[in-house]
Amino acid sequence: MVAVNITINGKKISKDIQDNTLLSDFLRENLSLTGTHIGCDTSQCGACTIHLNGNSVKSCTTLVADCEGGEITTIEGLSKNGKMHQMQESFKKHHGLQCGFCTPGMVMSAIDLLEKKKNPSEQEIRDWLEGNICRCTGYQGIVAAVKDAASKM
Amino acid sequence: MKNFNFKSATNSKEASKLASGRATFLAGGMSLLPAMKLRLAAYTDLINIKKIKTLSGIKVSSKSLRIGATTTHSLVSNSKEVGKSIPSLAVLADGIGDPQVRNRGTIGGSIANNDPAADYPSACLALNATIHTSKRKISADKFFKGMFETDLKKGELIESVEFEIPEKSAYAKYPNPASRYAVVGVYVAKLKNEVRVAVTGAASCVFRSKELEASLSNNFSASVIDSINISAKGLNSDIHASAEYRAHIIKVMAKKAVSSC
Repeated sequence: MVAVNITINGKKISKDIQDNTLLSDFLRENLSLTGTHIGCDTSQCGACTIHLNGNSVKSCTTLVADCEGGEITTIEGLSKNGKMHQMQESFKKHHGLQCGFCTPGMVMSAIDLLEKKKNPSEQEIRDWLEGNICRCTGYQGIVAAVKDAASKM
Repeated sequence: MKNFNFKSATNSKEASKLASGRATFLAGGMSLLPAMKLRLAAYTDLINIKKIKTLSGIKVSSKSLRIGATTTHSLVSNSKEVGKSIPSLAVLADGIGDPQVRNRGTIGGSIANNDPAADYPSACLALNATIHTSKRKISADKFFKGMFETDLKKGELIESVEFEIPEKSAYAKYPNPASRYAVVGVYVAKLKNEVRVAVTGAASCVFRSKELEASLSNNFSASVIDSINISAKGLNSDIHASAEYRAHIIKVMAKKAVSSC
């Protein structure tokens, strides 16, 4: 067992966990933050993307023990006072989803892009979303949503 | 994934000491954790080396560029120092995996793993790199031993990688469209005293192409590559590409790299 102290969506959490606990499992099983999805569990699909210390990472390939002292934001941590994050609004407006399974990861990844690059080109958006797979939409609505969010964030 | 003891080291000495028995170092974990999840690998202890401050960072001098082992791909690709001294290395780092992988994956982890289709090993060979470890300095030519095999001994920790700053260089990769690993990647570097050409993805281990190096040493231009014969013998043949196709793509990527130097 290993003791970890992490901040998740602004809330400090201290827990003893088994050393091999993955962040994706910890969020879902221990904290009931089921907005973070596990799609492939092999770090390919990006549905489990969260922010660790301001960078998008795949939580299915991150050990909780390795996040000691870190700050984590999940999809649940985006809305403020019941108001959705602009990226979530843009996904809704442009229907950047169909089944919605990949959406939390897409949103987290797209926010990381806009935090690093204010006005990305369509190609830059598509290149950035390389790590997120959507099997429904064909990406058109997703790219339109990220463009829309970029113009408003 | 089988359970293990997670330990964090605060300096290289401590890390090496902890790495006894069936233990291994954990940097970004972008290759290690998937391998453990698939039960291709199992360890009793994972020694986290990311808390060792001296292992991260980028230093540039007039002749060389030194990158700490735990420096992530995204730090390398966005580094002004790298962009100025060896821009092709920033391009290479920016083409590894996807943004989430680049935010976690490290240069030390990549070369210690020595995946036959990884990008960084080709940069090490082409840019005549020196691998600084907790015990010694190893030249890149002696470091990469075979598929997933390096010259590293038990408990030996990579501390930094020092690249020679070339006159010109470029990396051209034909990526697998799903994984972004190199089906074939060619790194061409015109150094002060020699021309080096390293090929990754094509065989069981990264290698230097003597044929391409000999021709480009005489005449550093893309046109000389047309007349070179690259043998398919010993190259990988799999669902992504046959050995003959890979041999052809080596020439195409080499031409592309030389043209963009």
